[in-house]
Amino acid sequence: MTTNLDTVALAVFIFFFALVTVMGFIASRWRAPKTMGHLDEWGLGGRSFGAWITWFLVGGDFYTAYTVIAVPALVYAVGAYGFFALPYTIIVYPFVFMVMPLLWKRAKANGYVTAGDVVYGQYSSRALELAIAITGVIATMPYIALQLVGMAAVLKALGLTGELPLAIAFIILALYTYSAGLRAPALIAFVKDIMIYIAVFAAIAIIPSKLGGYGNVFAAADAAFQAKGAGNLLLGGNQYVAYASLAFGSALAAFMYPHTLTGIFASNSSNTIRKNAVFLPAYTLLLGLLALLGYMGHAANLNISSPNQVVPALFQTLFPSWFTGFAFAAIAIGALVPAAVMSIGASNLFTRNFWKAYVNPNVTHEGEAKVAKVTSLIVKIGALMVIAFLPTQFALDLQLLGGIWILQTLPALVFGLYSNWFRAQGLLAGWLVGFLGGTYLVWINGLKPLQAINLGGAPFTVYIGLLALLANVAVAVVITAVMPKQNALATKA
Amino acid sequence: MKKRSWSAAMWLLLIPYIGLLWVPLYNFREPAFLGFPFFYWYQLAWVPLTSFLIWIAYRSVRNDD
Repeated sequence: MTTNLDTVALAVFIFFFALVTVMGFIASRWRAPKTMGHLDEWGLGGRSFGAWITWFLVGGDFYTAYTVIAVPALVYAVGAYGFFALPYTIIVYPFVFMVMPLLWKRAKANGYVTAGDVVYGQYSSRALELAIAITGVIATMPYIALQLVGMAAVLKALGLTGELPLAIAFIILALYTYSAGLRAPALIAFVKDIMIYIAVFAAIAIIPSKLGGYGNVFAAADAAFQAKGAGNLLLGGNQYVAYASLAFGSALAAFMYPHTLTGIFASNSSNTIRKNAVFLPAYTLLLGLLALLGYMGHAANLNISSPNQVVPALFQTLFPSWFTGFAFAAIAIGALVPAAVMSIGASNLFTRNFWKAYVNPNVTHEGEAKVAKVTSLIVKIGALMVIAFLPTQFALDLQLLGGIWILQTLPALVFGLYSNWFRAQGLLAGWLVGFLGGTYLVWINGLKPLQAINLGGAPFTVYIGLLALLANVAVAVVITAVMPKQNALATKA
Repeated sequence: MKKRSWSAAMWLLLIPYIGLLWVPLYNFREPAFLGFPFFYWYQLAWVPLTSFLIWIAYRSVRNDD
């Protein structure tokens, strides 16, 4: 892969980056409220986003830049197993359709901004609220850092090495998020998503014709896997459970994250969310086709040192400079939208479930917005520091753990929408068991998300997040069942 | 009547989970389609199919608010 400066690609890249920077700052005046001095405005865009804005925002926020780089990279490296992202991002939508409109109604009716608010409102337990809020923040931090990894991959391909370009991009992002709040990523998401659609559809239409068609692409990947002795076009018999459990567990976890929940809470009605469950799978189609870029990397005989370079190298090898610059800009801007929403989601949690709960219970609406704005700056600088000073693997490992951790918030957040039976003590104990147990299993498996299970027949591996969730629910059920009933109303104190 | 169409629609939403999580259903090369092995086009086909099922469910509850 060339690392010389390509001036045409760079010029196109800078043009689009400058365009979204201007849009980011204009966003504070877009659909402007009477006052920005309210967390509903800064942190949730006034809860006013209709079906279109929500589609672009959640699409731009859920399908991140890191996804665009990492999914094809995994498929390039291991083949079929890397495709679990496809069933995952399909079966997430029936779940969104069933659960999220109820959660939105609960949040809207009571003015909740975060998952912590919902849990405290339901169970009146500060301890459970804190557990949910902390889990949200620590699961999100490495996710923000990984957006920087995605951005760094294209900056490096453009010849911009070192931390400075990354830092500049992120500081610009921090500034307009500070002033415009959720309106900034919502507005930028329009540009980002349209650019990504153009780049990916061009890639899947044009690249195979240069490589002898899709049949040839799959055959080349097959040959490469056999030559390497690792990876396969189909799943091995011992991978079935791993594939299905990773897809299912990831789908349950996906909308527990602060950034996806922020997108849900910011919409203007439960019907908007249902409509989006119908139309958001369009992005999944994009993701599935994008994953095939991993196989195209084999067909194009790319000579790359790390799988993360597959997507940038493919564009550089097969497209003219101007289009490469356009596609790279799409990926880099694709990092900005989720990074902004994630930092807003984390800031909302800190403000509502820590600052308001412990530091200043009498904080005004304006004070809340101010705390959240400053927190969003700190969160982004923190993510930048992690990437600058710690090995990338550290962020990757933490993000993997983050997926398992955030899944453990599901019982506390979702069960209460359907039943008042569960008790805070049970859910808290379940969360603790799931969190610590899941972390322990990942640790003893060498920081891999799969645990081998041998029930006498052929051994198989299961996604640890799902195992931890089962333990979590079991503990919550048992403790709730053995607790005396009369305390049900007395826990309010 | 309304209640019944709602719960029927909910059953529809379980179909993608079965179709995609029961891996032995689709872990094959043949029949290939447009050069795509079965494993790949089958899963991609579930994207519009799931959208369609959710849309049917949506039609049965859209006036629910």
